Amino acid sequence: MPQQDLVNADCIVIQGSNMAECHPVGFQWVMEAKARGAKVIHIDPRFTRTSALADLYVPIRAGTDIAFLGGVINYILSNELDFREYVLAYTNAATILNEDFRDTEDLDGLFSGYSPKQRAYDPTSWRYQGRQQAASTEDATSEGMAIHRQTAAGLEQESHGPPVPALTERDETLQHPRCVYQILKRHFSRYTPEIVEQICGVPKKLFLEVCEAWTRNSGRDRTTALVYSVGWTQHTVGVQYIRAGAIIQLLLGNVGRPGGGVLALRGHASIQGSTDIPTLFNLLPGYLPMPHHAKHPTLEQWIGDIHQPGQKGFWANARAYAVSLLKAYWGEAATADNDYCYDYLPRLTGDHGTYRQVLNMIDGKIKGYFLLGQNPAVGSAHGKAQRLGMANLDWLVVRDLYLIESATFWKDGPEVATGEIVPTECRTEVFFLPAASHVEKEGTFTQTQRLLQWREKAVDPPGDCRSELWFFYHLGRIIKAKLAGSTLPRDRAILDLTWDYPTHGPHDEPSAEAVLKEINGYEVATGRPVPGFTELADDGSTACGCWIYSGVYADGVNQAARRKPRHEQDPVASEWGWAWPANRRLLYNRASADPAGRPWSDRKAYIWWDEEAGQWTGYDVPDFERTKPPDYRPPADAAGVEALAGDDAFIMQGDGKGWLYAPTGLVDGPLPTHYEPAESPVPNPLYGQHTNPTRMIYDRPDNQLNPAESEVFPYVFSAGRLTEHHTGGGMSRTVAYLSELQPEMFIEVSPQLAAERGLTHLGWAHVVTARAVVEGRVLITERLRPLRVEGRIIHQIWLPYHWGSQGLTTGDSANDLFGITLDPNVLIQESKVGTCDIRPGRRPTGPALLEYLADYRRRAGLDGASGPNGASRSSGRRRSGGRTDPGKPGRAAGTRRRGKNAGAEGE
Amino acid sequence: MGEQSPASAGYQQPPPRMGFFTDTSVCIGCKACEVACKEWNQVPDDGLNLLGMSFDNTGGLSANTWRHVAFIEQPRNGDTGSGMRWLMSSDVCKHCTRAACLDVCPTGALFRTEFGTVVVQEDICNGCGYCIPACPYGVIDQRRGDGRAWKCTLCYDRLKADLTPACAKACPTASIQYGPLEELRERAQARLEQLHEAGETSARLYGHDPDDGVGGAGAFFLLLDEPEVYGLPPDPVVTTRDLPAMWRRAGLAALTMAAAAVVAFLGRRP
Repeated sequence: MPQQDLVNADCIVIQGSNMAECHPVGFQWVMEAKARGAKVIHIDPRFTRTSALADLYVPIRAGTDIAFLGGVINYILSNELDFREYVLAYTNAATILNEDFRDTEDLDGLFSGYSPKQRAYDPTSWRYQGRQQAASTEDATSEGMAIHRQTAAGLEQESHGPPVPALTERDETLQHPRCVYQILKRHFSRYTPEIVEQICGVPKKLFLEVCEAWTRNSGRDRTTALVYSVGWTQHTVGVQYIRAGAIIQLLLGNVGRPGGGVLALRGHASIQGSTDIPTLFNLLPGYLPMPHHAKHPTLEQWIGDIHQPGQKGFWANARAYAVSLLKAYWGEAATADNDYCYDYLPRLTGDHGTYRQVLNMIDGKIKGYFLLGQNPAVGSAHGKAQRLGMANLDWLVVRDLYLIESATFWKDGPEVATGEIVPTECRTEVFFLPAASHVEKEGTFTQTQRLLQWREKAVDPPGDCRSELWFFYHLGRIIKAKLAGSTLPRDRAILDLTWDYPTHGPHDEPSAEAVLKEINGYEVATGRPVPGFTELADDGSTACGCWIYSGVYADGVNQAARRKPRHEQDPVASEWGWAWPANRRLLYNRASADPAGRPWSDRKAYIWWDEEAGQWTGYDVPDFERTKPPDYRPPADAAGVEALAGDDAFIMQGDGKGWLYAPTGLVDGPLPTHYEPAESPVPNPLYGQHTNPTRMIYDRPDNQLNPAESEVFPYVFSAGRLTEHHTGGGMSRTVAYLSELQPEMFIEVSPQLAAERGLTHLGWAHVVTARAVVEGRVLITERLRPLRVEGRIIHQIWLPYHWGSQGLTTGDSANDLFGITLDPNVLIQESKVGTCDIRPGRRPTGPALLEYLADYRRRAGLDGASGPNGASRSSGRRRSGGRTDPGKPGRAAGTRRRGKNAGAEGE
Repeated sequence: MGEQSPASAGYQQPPPRMGFFTDTSVCIGCKACEVACKEWNQVPDDGLNLLGMSFDNTGGLSANTWRHVAFIEQPRNGDTGSGMRWLMSSDVCKHCTRAACLDVCPTGALFRTEFGTVVVQEDICNGCGYCIPACPYGVIDQRRGDGRAWKCTLCYDRLKADLTPACAKACPTASIQYGPLEELRERAQARLEQLHEAGETSARLYGHDPDDGVGGAGAFFLLLDEPEVYGLPPDPVVTTRDLPAMWRRAGLAALTMAAAAVVAFLGRRP
């Protein structure tokens, strides 16, 4: 949903997001909604600037949001408060499941299909009872499961309209014991207000107040919007957090309607863009999956895996999107005879996620690294692993505005003080290349709501600073020149690459508009830009760099550069910038009309069927075929777009429905389930299964986790951002006007915890985990409060993560405290919750710091072997003997992940 | 303001008096106003000092901070789950109708603009510092190493070019509103009534009243608590208000003493 659409909400629930502080500009729409009478609710471990402006603030224990959201789902279902007409028409509530399915209720916190050995699920039993069980059984083999997990293939499958039959068995009365509605009801039946209070520390009265506000402000006449950001995603159950929120919004009929929906706030300028045209290892542009070497040896097998025969929806045209992409990459060389150079595409061989790569660097498996727009030495979880990894390369290229910590760690990082990195011996050759800032180059940003906005260049970059486009264009040009004349087959992919962007100016800056035109797509024969993705062909006659962006250069006009003021157009403002897909501002907006095509209410009218004109109309671009009437029913043998009925509002899903229950696509279960965080001070009162059983674990001496319920690490901590600073701090700690506003690293504690540990306001304290010790000045504040959880008091600590060794203000980096444990679906790290100890005073320095940490680990019962020098076994005190398997294929470098399911930084 | 208002300062057909209405009930404490002000006006930074005053690390208005956001953490019992309230408020020079700084300035560096605002001319100020104790709000301040007095100009240069002042332009939630003062006062009154209806009974306007001690402020506020909570004087009075009377009284006292002396002599026994 667009941020501007928040003004149409009657209630806004913000959870897992500090919107006012981290998205202050977008927060104006929350304030406007509030002024119009909307109720604003903020649920967060800590009272923030967002809480200050909310009508209702609900404190919660970090890492327990699924218990809370499950409680809301239970409240809706047990009181039958769902928007029944919407639920029946647009969700899979009535769909009947396979009789082999077993729920967490049956298996003490596990779903059917779990293999303890693989630590993975075989999802076969989760599927719909189907007449045409379309799914291949390949994924169910143990090898398939392993590939699925390693490459985070789950979510990419979900977005592709995964293998589900177009026609499903349904019970419109919702009474069948195996229909999704009943399964959902049973699954969440134990998430009572009492259990919410017990797990989350949220008083029952407050919890019920949220439930009442959310349900009262949803339905035919009213809508509630849900806002989240990385407070939800950065968990070992991050994807399931979002699923839980989506289930509530679907049950209450809030998806696809004005003032409703789920707003995922992206953390900075073009994070959305870097998932659409991804910097992610497992995706190609437009969410096409990166092929796997074993599963996808041929073009047909690859495309066959993106969409299943007989399935509904727009992914049925995946071949057109894929072939057009290959044509954009390899131009004339890509022909039908050579499968459009499909063999040139790199293949996945396993987990190439950013954290796997860092550990591979420590192990000497990666030789070189490009770092752009990212400061992992500060911004990523387990900062020490990041730095030790980068200290064990042949070469490291850092392009940034300033000399960030990721370029200077070898001489002033914390490991230099402890002796783990010796500057004169560090083997990594660091190349620092100054980068042009966003005002010094042209191009687009794609922001939170899929909106592309063109930026003009305001000034020339100073000195040697250059744009990323310049860097990569000329890097590619020079590599091509160096390879010219090569007859090696491996060089063909580069030699055949189309690399013909026009350049201008004294530095031969490539034309960003030419790139945008290629992204938009064009007819190969004439060069005419295509008007949209529906015109893409699968025979090589069109080329398109990113099918979902198709239309951004329609008519040869840069649509992203449109800047018609909002006062001169309707509130949807369709003529400001350009939103993918097809300039739609609100996705799935067919659901804003009832099954017969009429607005659910006058108050919430958005898109409707105009009988006379024979087409869908309204304020936005309809997210539906424009002339397909609401009563259209597909022929029995229809597939793809044709199979979408006139009331299949969720046009990208294989069954055309919004998913309350995910029969496939997720690695860790078809329904959200409360598991404790990887580091938790309490047991899981709901199930015997304590933690997400499929979480991605990297069990090694340099990545130890605090034991559960450890008395040595009794406190919960979380880390986050301040308005005054920017992520890893490179763009704010270097600026006096920002640094003075938050001039020093600090640690927020409650008065009660301060009393318990003898901490004084503005005095020093240090926080300890199995990985690191981080110090800062103490801020004692009522904004943090102890919670009563499972019969005991839990204290929570909060730290900003902006500091490092460079800039006008320096300090310890909070991300050093976290270990590496990942969500299994998207491989994002759990960096919003952990356990720790806190002590007054400054931390030890030098080698004494390692002794201090080792002592903590010993007392916590962790591997005592890693003494003060144990952790440096694989560290930056480099000798060539420390490297292993230098020639192994696993080191395919350059795949850097950032954004949605990648870096801790940002977002 | 009528023609007689001191804020019109004798300009012939001046534009309407312009000012700020700062609605603190929608302030999110982002400090964009502080940064935008410094960027535009090239105000130096105020030093890196962690003050421990909630999220306030600039401390107050000064020669180097012309917009200042106060953060007040208040314990609160009852209605909400929070158990507390976090007030945020962006303070600024009040651009008083009766401005004491202007009255005491011996060089004419401080002057009243055609927009009714009060501005220091940096090329005229001689750093005498008289204006500093004169300000009833403690706004104007001497810059160290420079000696001259500095404060908010209400972006006089931008106003001249028909632009919104930097702080108001940067404010994402329209907490800082800029416009003709009369219009702002109406808007503020409507907002106050809206908040009162919503049960926010402690909301009040501050500095909006032309009959107050400074003749009304050109930059006034909507507060959610007593002014003292925000560090604002509850009943500011133009410090030069009593000067004539004081001089009169001093003269009278001198006369009385002289008379007493005369009487003393006259009354002496022969």
